[in-house]
Amino acid sequence: MTILLPGLLDTEAIRKDFPILDRVVHDGKKLVYLDNAATSQKPRQVLDVLNEHYEQHNANVHRGVHVLAEEATALYEGARDKIAAFINAPSRDEVIFTKNASESLNLVANMLAWADEPYRVDHETEIVITEMEHHSNIVPWQLLAQRSGAKLKWFGLTDDGRLDLSNIDEIITEKTKVVSFVLVSNILGTVNPVEAIVRRAQEVGALVVVDASQAAPHMPLDVQALQADFVAFTGHKMCGPDGIGVLWGRQELLEDLPPFLGGGEMIETVSMHSSTYAPAPHKFEAGTPPIAQAVGLGAAVDYLTSIGMENIARHEHAITEYAIRRLQEVPDLRIIGPTTAEDRGAAVSFTLGDIHPHDVGQVLDEQGIAVRVGHHCARPVCLRYGIPATTRASFYLYSTPGEVDALIEGLEHVRNFFG
Amino acid sequence: MKLDSMYQDVILDHYKHPHGRGLRDGDAEVHHVNPTCGDEITLRVRLSGQTVEDVSYEGQGCSISQASASVLNELLVGKDLDEARRIQETFLELMQSKGRIEPDDAMEEVLEDAIAFAGVSKYPARVKCALLSWMAWKDATAQALSEGKTA
Repeated sequence: MTILLPGLLDTEAIRKDFPILDRVVHDGKKLVYLDNAATSQKPRQVLDVLNEHYEQHNANVHRGVHVLAEEATALYEGARDKIAAFINAPSRDEVIFTKNASESLNLVANMLAWADEPYRVDHETEIVITEMEHHSNIVPWQLLAQRSGAKLKWFGLTDDGRLDLSNIDEIITEKTKVVSFVLVSNILGTVNPVEAIVRRAQEVGALVVVDASQAAPHMPLDVQALQADFVAFTGHKMCGPDGIGVLWGRQELLEDLPPFLGGGEMIETVSMHSSTYAPAPHKFEAGTPPIAQAVGLGAAVDYLTSIGMENIARHEHAITEYAIRRLQEVPDLRIIGPTTAEDRGAAVSFTLGDIHPHDVGQVLDEQGIAVRVGHHCARPVCLRYGIPATTRASFYLYSTPGEVDALIEGLEHVRNFFG
Repeated sequence: MKLDSMYQDVILDHYKHPHGRGLRDGDAEVHHVNPTCGDEITLRVRLSGQTVEDVSYEGQGCSISQASASVLNELLVGKDLDEARRIQETFLELMQSKGRIEPDDAMEEVLEDAIAFAGVSKYPARVKCALLSWMAWKDATAQALSEGKTA
């Protein structure tokens, strides 16, 4: 039976672009891939570009005068143009390639660690994050706080999985130097109210860092509309290859802030005594970058744009709404996070009675259903809700209502197995 | 169905009716976690000379990790240390076998109920769950012994 929901994409056509979705696992079970918040699958369009890059254009970038070096450089820098357009960056020079979102966030923390006034983070200043951050947006700030003596503060969570901003004026104060928060939670699915946080941060002159790892793949991302100072995301969750991430930063900040990693490519001149640095973005891209991966991410962005980010967001909203409704029909199932599809991404975490998520995931896997189990690199969220871990189903542009139904049936098996 | 090779009845039974669960007096206490999945165990060992007098534990985790702690308690309490170590090493060998060891009678005699975990060794992601309490026991025992020497 085909279920029709308003706003669905033509998944039959889209799924033809993703060879892996045809796989069968465990002796003939059709793969139901619901682990998209961990990583997305890659369309043929991206795989072909990667292959072609290594077969036809492989060379190091920004050096050498031969034809391959020039082609590789044009492709690498062309990918930067594509990503700048994808996030509506005012300038392509504001797009820094990293290896993943973790590196992007660590890069910002380290720029600030070594910065002079007015950006300097020291023992008289404060850093603000939230309790729903991925570990990659907690640990770099803990490190910065420990090393600089700055105080680390955070927003708590409400019972229904939203940020508790009731004490925003006490959390973000004149002492706050930087506020870093996730746009869409990878464990709760919550879409956070950027505007309220940015407004308060701007009032006190704090920098704003947005972790858009779970936003960039799923909805239109406009860094100018966000009014943030830095935006981090990763390529592999948005149909791109792994090994490539992005840090967008406002141009004047990138000019003022010091480099973190030193090496080839990021310099202007080097003597044995000192060096001067290349302008951004190269100042922050020491060493040979992930070239093919950047090119692959460019192809991914082309692919997503051809389908339309608005259309993808609408599709996922419909799937998520359906999934939440169906999941709530399962006895003993508790959704951890918002229980409506409003201001919500396509990752849905839940617990199932007393059955440990590991056991849930194992029995689902046996039926070909891939979900993520554990604390999702967001252990403070599990502590907040008094649970050891969750099972998480997360959807993408190729997810279908039929896959939601398969999950629901799979959970019935789980209940019977451990019942 | 392959799942049955992992979730043997013996394992599910230990999971639902754990042996010796709860913390009691001990000579040493350790807290071990499995950072990839959040399984946790606090485990205490009480020795009486060269005998394992008690292994008590409290923790949270999947059926495999919880059942494994229960089996450990059943198997090791009352054994002398040398024998307990031999059981621990045999269990470790079985769990690290990637499903390649077909348990023989000798192994079954040593491991008793713990032989049921043979199927788990085929699932790399779950081996750590099965070993959590056993590594904690080894650690706690070493601590109890070294504290005993200095005291």
